[in-house]
Amino acid sequence: MASFTTTSAVEPEISRDDHGTAPPIRDGGDYGRPGLPDYETRLRRARLGLLVALIPVLMLFVSFTSAYVVRQGLPTLDPRTNNLIRDWIPVALPRLLLLNTFVLLVSSVSMELARRQIKARAVMETASTATGPSIGGQIRMPWLAMTFVLGLAFLFGQWTAWKQLAANGFYVSTTPSSSFVYLLTGAHAAHLLGGVVALLIASIAALLHRSLKTRSIVVDVTAWYWHFMALLWIYIFGLMKFVR
Amino acid sequence: MATHESAAHASHTHAAPQGFIRKWIFSLDHKVIGLQYYFLALTAVFVGMFLSLLMRIHLIWPTATLPFFGEIKPETYLSLLTMHGTIMVFFVLTTAPQGGFGNYFLPIQIGAPDMAFPVLNMLSFWTTFLGFVVLLAAFVVTGGAPLHGWTGYAPLSALQSAGPGEGLGADLWITSIAIFCIGALMGALNFITTTLDMRAKGMTMMRMPLTVWAWFVTAILGLLAFGVLLSAGILLLMDRNLGTSFFVPLVTVNGQLTGHKGGSPLLWQHLFWFFGHPEVYIAILPAMGMCSQLLSVFSRKPIFGYKAMVYAIMTIGFLGFMVWGHHMFMSGMSPYTAFAFSIMTMGIGVPSAIKTFNWLGTLMGGRIRFTSPMLFAIGFVSLFVTGGISGPFLAQPVLDIYLHETYFVIAHFHLIMGVASIFGIFAATYYWFPKMFGRMMNEPLAKLHFWLTFVGAYAIFMPMHYYGMSAGLRRYSQSTEVAYILKLLPIQRFITIAAFITIASQFIFVINLFWSMFKGAKANDNPWEATTLEWITATPPPHDNFGGRTPVVNNGPYEYSVPGAPRDFVMQTDPEIKPKH
Repeated sequence: MASFTTTSAVEPEISRDDHGTAPPIRDGGDYGRPGLPDYETRLRRARLGLLVALIPVLMLFVSFTSAYVVRQGLPTLDPRTNNLIRDWIPVALPRLLLLNTFVLLVSSVSMELARRQIKARAVMETASTATGPSIGGQIRMPWLAMTFVLGLAFLFGQWTAWKQLAANGFYVSTTPSSSFVYLLTGAHAAHLLGGVVALLIASIAALLHRSLKTRSIVVDVTAWYWHFMALLWIYIFGLMKFVR
Repeated sequence: MATHESAAHASHTHAAPQGFIRKWIFSLDHKVIGLQYYFLALTAVFVGMFLSLLMRIHLIWPTATLPFFGEIKPETYLSLLTMHGTIMVFFVLTTAPQGGFGNYFLPIQIGAPDMAFPVLNMLSFWTTFLGFVVLLAAFVVTGGAPLHGWTGYAPLSALQSAGPGEGLGADLWITSIAIFCIGALMGALNFITTTLDMRAKGMTMMRMPLTVWAWFVTAILGLLAFGVLLSAGILLLMDRNLGTSFFVPLVTVNGQLTGHKGGSPLLWQHLFWFFGHPEVYIAILPAMGMCSQLLSVFSRKPIFGYKAMVYAIMTIGFLGFMVWGHHMFMSGMSPYTAFAFSIMTMGIGVPSAIKTFNWLGTLMGGRIRFTSPMLFAIGFVSLFVTGGISGPFLAQPVLDIYLHETYFVIAHFHLIMGVASIFGIFAATYYWFPKMFGRMMNEPLAKLHFWLTFVGAYAIFMPMHYYGMSAGLRRYSQSTEVAYILKLLPIQRFITIAAFITIASQFIFVINLFWSMFKGAKANDNPWEATTLEWITATPPPHDNFGGRTPVVNNGPYEYSVPGAPRDFVMQTDPEIKPKH
């Protein structure tokens, strides 16, 4: 019954608009403001916000890439011989990164399934408020939890890959290429951690009995972010693998 | 269950909070957040002004013992210079016009009840505040504040051993900038989403006031620029603390190799100025929007060439990303590259001139009301022209090589980026104060403040052009040691005295601000007889801006002196007027 009452508490905001008020302010009516906007509006707004938020993330990595390319082409002075030499030693990337890539791609798929699952539930909840209690009858795969675990597995895998790099003698300051490997993987991991935290927030929101719609929006936006992180990782991996 | 439901409900619609902490400190209301940004900037500007005053005194009186810093050593002077620049650029010029007034008035002017993401908005302010605290902390740590200038050029900024302030102080400086970037990005995200998605019915993009356009384009610039500065800051922190060599070449300090090799100081400059030049427009664009708004309101005329103004703002924003190299003509840049940057830079003169002529066109034939906000708007046009006209000189590499290290550049960017932008802030304060606090500011005091500041700003910065052309070098803590500069000391004395008077006259503003907040004459809802949406709502605006209703927009923002209309202004919400032709 909880979802039932939550819905009724949130939705009627639209009807709070009073039509035909005196000028100069006239009521828009169809916007459903200033109460809580409807589900579609909130979803659209959240997605737009995410799209805008991805631009600085993209700029951050574009900036790192330009530094990568510039730094790779720079010679340095060898103080003993007074000759210009290259100090860029290509890093042997741990094979574990391939496995990590696979884990991240699988997590992206399960994230997408989680997104569709909760969206369907949110839509169904609106459609069948009259017969609400029947929703709970089906068995639901815990896609969200699976994504969460896979996300943590990826982060753990990246940490292990760092350990392997260090074991092979490639530390942060060993050579510019290893600096960039740590920088790019670290920056990507920090961003993915943000996604993992968002999933955690979505789960806590469920415990706090936030409405299914609110959770669905959080999951939806996190899913697009997650896919972006997967694409970004493939780009980073390709950069480290092929531009060396 | 019922109590729980209503709590969830309240957090969604965020009904007006009751407690002091939720209402004034961790507020979700964009208006309160706007005021928080404004007062943060007001605090910052006084810190920044105080530092500049110390520098001015030291320049003409090198042996003086000054408050807080004692006798100024050359490195102390560089610390003052660094912190003055950083505080002013980030925490005043970026914070007040965009974070302050943008936050307060963008949602109201487009008819929205709040920003798109109120929690993010609150976080944005508190992140910025944290950045300011971290920056000020650099003063009190061992070694003091950094001395690498607000541009933080490597390798000076990248080596712990490069100077007294380059230890913990420089780390705090970089951290502060990084924190500021994150706060600014959250703000920009909110501005863009709100403008695109939350406009009232009938508020098409081409019916938005030019202030909204300016904030919107500024937010886009911030979105693209701050990520790059953040990346540069991260690389710099790694160079400083993890021993990487992104920016530091093979270099010795006091005869010792630092362990770095192969990095490129130029890489830092490219990354920094890719942010740094758009940052100039982040500071000035909101002031341009303000100026356009006020010239139209107080000339009782539609803005001259609204569409041209919009496209000019966009063009300036776009070109702003193409010209970062003109800050680096001195860095051994290829003449071909320098030529391309030079041409692009002079290209910015075109949209700038469009704006200037449109402002003059708006004034021409108007029934001008010389109120204090209008005086500051006209002052802005004056400063924009004076500061802008030296731009094409500096845009040419052959001239820039002579002028770059002199006070000519100081004069140029202070007039165009500093004082002009500050005039936008003053104009906005005098204009919107009645809406924000429900009272009018004292007009005679405001006019006195205008004349003292306007004449004072010219008295400070005009002589700097001559000082610079006579090879008066910038960043030098003492001009008394160099024979040929010593002859120019009277100019420096004049500038310092002018600075004293100008800074003193800012207290007129502060007294007026706080006095009027409590004792000013009551303002009605639309004291300036303006047309935009903030003037249809109550004063000060209620929590959801329009008291439970949603405005519908039927007209453009600048319908003044419309033939046949009952009044000389037509509100944006009035019934649609017929086209004039």
